[in-house]
Amino acid sequence: MKHVDIVIIGGGPAGMAAAVSAYKAGIRDILILERDQHLGGILQQCIHNGFGLHHFGEELTGPEYAWRYEEEVQKLNIPYKLGAMVTDLTADRKVTYISEEDGEVTLDAGAVILAMGCRERSRGALNIPGVRPAGIYTAGTAQRFVNIKGYMPGKNIVILGSGDIGLIMARRMTLEGAKVQAVCELMPYSGGLNRNIVQCLNDFNIPLRLSHTVVQIHGKDRVTGVTIAKVDENRQPIESTREFIECDTLLLSCGLLPENELTKCAGITLDRVTGGAVCDSYRQTSAKGIFSCGNVLHVHDLVDFVSEEAELAGASAAAYVRGELSTNGRVIAVNPTGGVRYTVPQMLYTEGGDVKLFFRVADIYNNVTVRVSDGNNIIFEKKRKKVAPGEMESIALKADILKNINGDNITVTLIKEGEKA
Amino acid sequence: MICIVCPMGCPLSVEKTADGFKVSGNTCPRGEKYAIAECTAPTRTLTSIVPVKGKDMVSVKSSAPLPKEKIFDCVNVLATITLDAPVKVGDIIVKDILGTGVDIVATKNIP
Repeated sequence: MKHVDIVIIGGGPAGMAAAVSAYKAGIRDILILERDQHLGGILQQCIHNGFGLHHFGEELTGPEYAWRYEEEVQKLNIPYKLGAMVTDLTADRKVTYISEEDGEVTLDAGAVILAMGCRERSRGALNIPGVRPAGIYTAGTAQRFVNIKGYMPGKNIVILGSGDIGLIMARRMTLEGAKVQAVCELMPYSGGLNRNIVQCLNDFNIPLRLSHTVVQIHGKDRVTGVTIAKVDENRQPIESTREFIECDTLLLSCGLLPENELTKCAGITLDRVTGGAVCDSYRQTSAKGIFSCGNVLHVHDLVDFVSEEAELAGASAAAYVRGELSTNGRVIAVNPTGGVRYTVPQMLYTEGGDVKLFFRVADIYNNVTVRVSDGNNIIFEKKRKKVAPGEMESIALKADILKNINGDNITVTLIKEGEKA
Repeated sequence: MICIVCPMGCPLSVEKTADGFKVSGNTCPRGEKYAIAECTAPTRTLTSIVPVKGKDMVSVKSSAPLPKEKIFDCVNVLATITLDAPVKVGDIIVKDILGTGVDIVATKNIP
């Protein structure tokens, strides 16, 4: 069985950044396995701009951001295979892939980096009643049709879900000559960035119907319309508010799910909230030598943070291969509570150096204090003017704070204004 | 209007005064600048696609923000173009589109 020092599954932004980082940490025997016919992953169809402000200090489109990394991968001669689909992964790091060129091959990897990204929640996962006509697409599928193939999925459109992809597609379809009737959002607020609500909806007078959902899809062969309704505080549709909208296409932008089938094959522990692996501060999963980064670990809002996380995973994998990954000190579990939905990493080491802890909140809160406590003492506090579920938050915990933690777990919680400390 | 400069999303109001504009609702100077620009000369970066014969579409962008009211006119110009491969990142697809001084450039390689 052929040995490779580091095998990276997925050649999107996470996989490429991890590869470059592992290379810079001194590892040369690297292989990126990508199932598509090009590197860059989903960025290739995200032709809008706004990428790279944090990472490159300038505003790039998705394909340009991908190109920056692809150029680097090629310049460093990091090996990659296109059209290579990984079909199995074991906890002792045997990676099996198939490709037209190589047939079925099993590699023995010194370390593995999971960088498979995520996929969209489909109609089947949403349970919208109605028949199954043509004209129902996830927003990302429509984005691929329009931006890569040049096909228009429809002319008269309703979008369910106001995540960023839905908002971006509202603008794209409008610029390509379609009429977007409305964007419906189940929640009382949008999960998308303000910037996208302004520039993708308001600019084109597309109504955003908050606390609304699609309750029925009409049409036999092709969508002829949808019935929408307002929802109550328990997100149940209110019968008297049902309203028919004529349309030929329904786009779904209802959340992203990390694609962890291979992670499950290896028996790696998953986090029920993120849908990704449980990891430590090095992004190492419950299987030794298997690391995870990017949207397969938890869904990010900005690719810039995917790159940052992947660089960490790449450097950690390089250290693991050399037998230098320091997991000294006690293991501390990080527990999200009181308005914090999840944290990444979910565990850290008292002697592992500085740790940047990422987390998402459950609702929109103004004037809150983020508090980290070890049960006896408050070890960190930070005030935030506004936090929202759509914006990933982070706090930096210094090495000397971590050294002094009592016990074996810490909690991360939000203290709301006026609430007793 | 909602400020889009940062995630705070301050609700802004703008009043016309004798010597310019008075912005309220902002919590930083960047908000004031944004509000005045939106009221006087709003601009947007255009991103779109152009077909390449026998290949996938090539993605393009305006090299600088365009006047907001010219966005649809620019899209109509792009609709008349078909390119031949290869196209490289940074290639100028339309120079000085509609006399705006802004170029439309490719953002992807189509070999």
